[in-house]
Amino acid sequence: MSDLADLRQAAGPGDIGPWLCLGPTKTKVVYGRPDRFVNSETMGRRIIQFALIGTLYGAMAHAEVILNVGYLSIYEPQPPTLSNLDPEPEDIGVAGVQTGLDDNATTGRFLGHSYELTVVVVGEDEDPLPAAAALLAQTPYLILDAPTEQLLAIADLPEAKDAMLFNTSSGDLSLRDAACRGNLLHSLPSDAMRTDALAQIFVQRRWNDLVMIAGTHPQDLAFADSMRRSLTKFGLDLSGEKTWAFDADMRRAAAQEVPLFTQELGDYDVLIVADELQDFGRYILYNTWRPRPVAGSEGLTAVTWSPVIEQWGAAQLQSRFEEAHQRDMTSQDYAAWAAMRTLGEAVTRTNSSDPGTLRDYILSEEFELAGFKGRPLTYRDWNGQLRQPIAIAHPRALVAQAPLDGFLHQTNELDTLGLDRPESTCEAFQ
Amino acid sequence: MIRSATLICGLLVSPVWAGEIWVTNEKDDTVSIISTETLEVIQTYPTGERPRGITFSKDFSRVYICASDSDAVQVMDPNTGEILHDLPSGEDPEQFVLHPNDRHLYIANEDDAITTVVDTETRRVIAQIDVGVEPEGMAVSPDGKIAITTSETTNMAHWIDTETQELFANTLVDSRPRHAEFVKDGTQLWVSAEIGGTITIFDVADQSEIGKIDFEVQGVHPDRVQPVGFEFTADEKTAFVALGPSNHVAVVNADTFEVEDYILVGRRVWHMDFNGDKSLLFTTNGVSGDVTVIDVASRTALKSIKVGRFPWGAAYRPTD
Repeated sequence: MSDLADLRQAAGPGDIGPWLCLGPTKTKVVYGRPDRFVNSETMGRRIIQFALIGTLYGAMAHAEVILNVGYLSIYEPQPPTLSNLDPEPEDIGVAGVQTGLDDNATTGRFLGHSYELTVVVVGEDEDPLPAAAALLAQTPYLILDAPTEQLLAIADLPEAKDAMLFNTSSGDLSLRDAACRGNLLHSLPSDAMRTDALAQIFVQRRWNDLVMIAGTHPQDLAFADSMRRSLTKFGLDLSGEKTWAFDADMRRAAAQEVPLFTQELGDYDVLIVADELQDFGRYILYNTWRPRPVAGSEGLTAVTWSPVIEQWGAAQLQSRFEEAHQRDMTSQDYAAWAAMRTLGEAVTRTNSSDPGTLRDYILSEEFELAGFKGRPLTYRDWNGQLRQPIAIAHPRALVAQAPLDGFLHQTNELDTLGLDRPESTCEAFQ
Repeated sequence: MIRSATLICGLLVSPVWAGEIWVTNEKDDTVSIISTETLEVIQTYPTGERPRGITFSKDFSRVYICASDSDAVQVMDPNTGEILHDLPSGEDPEQFVLHPNDRHLYIANEDDAITTVVDTETRRVIAQIDVGVEPEGMAVSPDGKIAITTSETTNMAHWIDTETQELFANTLVDSRPRHAEFVKDGTQLWVSAEIGGTITIFDVADQSEIGKIDFEVQGVHPDRVQPVGFEFTADEKTAFVALGPSNHVAVVNADTFEVEDYILVGRRVWHMDFNGDKSLLFTTNGVSGDVTVIDVASRTALKSIKVGRFPWGAAYRPTD
């Protein structure tokens, strides 16, 4: 108490700064312990462990529960892009899962629940399956940052049979469809949820005449496919399409090349750009032959998360994240956060760390996650996809949030986005 | 004779409860002051950044305003609009409650998972209490012995012993608890959960749950029916509950916990307060930037009053 008194003295009226930093109440929680950072020489991968141990307060109504969660990130080399203005953060995803861990731990300390996180990063030349198997030997809860094929390979490991895996990195529709796995949930929206959101705003704004330019990377082609599917779903179609296959330096030539390139598309309401690697899209804006808005991967985008989301308490999550990681929260960070919080919410409500109990709860109607999107987030029990509103935003502001008004559904308007129950051929959840 | 008749008329017309509703405008950095007689904005005063919580001292000589982005609680002279001084509040103060001792402010520091207790006289921080993530709703029992903080992401009501300034209980509620009130002489605690779409009622004696209220607005998806602020009539038999983006206020029987009525108001209705005799209720509607006046007896909306951008908190003060 004497420390407290001294500090109170030190901070005069209206001057709270130092007290807040040093106040003894803040130090009661032992936060992430980087001293347990381990460099595994034999495997050549980075393993970082965090343990969040809460001091227990007040009346304890619950027994001690410890949830150990693994986060596995598989390095995926990206092709070069025309611009290096926006390098991808090195801790993408990891930062999100850490913020989720902090949130879980703050809640857990009041209930006698604690959470541990082991982060494993697998390098380019390594086989990720042994790393996944090793993690699965420690915990049935694995949050994954991996491409589609690796997600499937990990989900099919014998060690993963009774595990609960979260996909936070792939929007591949097949994972929510025929290729779904009963042990793989998706906190990241499918590509279809995003392109459905765009199609909804095109319909609502009566932007009916649409054209598209697609890049040549597999991700671009997947986005373009998804966009076509969404346009068909909402009664729209494309009046023109072109492929972007230039290899010139567009930073210099965009003003000359893009007007000519887009001239052939004729007139239209909106130009859709399928450029999921952020390669050429930024040079299309304001260089088109016709003065028309750009949407898709650039301009007006449909995203899981964006720094411009501030409503519904999102400002608090944004500032909490920014303070901890010194950067903006990305969609992948959000998906990792949501996966971690899904587990935390299930532990909080069930007072259990048993995989069967948590899984049943997470897929039940009782489960709901407050995800700063203005509606409770829940899981689709037919394919394990986290239902969520999709932000339609440009870099400076939120334009709309899908599902948009007027897009109705017999059970949940959120199911106007992505694969609805009758559409999905997933059978692993039955 | 004529003279006295005029006098009687004058008395009838002139309301017994002359007063004002003060409304904080979150995105205008102002407070709008509405006359409860004329139902018009009669004054607007500048505040610090992002004003949200607002409350008066017991004698109404001071108004306290949470200026969230200024990281301060501002103390204003309500007669002049002059900011007298700031109180140390911790970071990002969102909502607060004044202890019955008229001296201690219990402040929710939304970004820091802390409740800060400030002595408004010495202007010093008395205590800081670790609570859950994003504390928001604040309440204090009528006898002053218990303070409550609700935390939006932790989904709990935290029970603070005001003598020791320590937590003595933590009770789970549904997702995103936003507001808390003690009622029935402090024997019940009501907590609203915005995303959960419910109000949970606790028995204060043992913190056990004794009831839960669900809401159902016709034509509005349950996801968008989001209870936030609520207030009780003078007899505490009826609660009015703001239901956020459903744009309705629910009228709840506070004895049976049944919802009796829904009243259409402005967009994203948030908080509220009554006039002096509690015959009128003023709700802040965040998205439409106005205040709806509800006639309590007939449960009908009388008028919308345009205020600043994103009106948030509301507090009444008598002026006679």
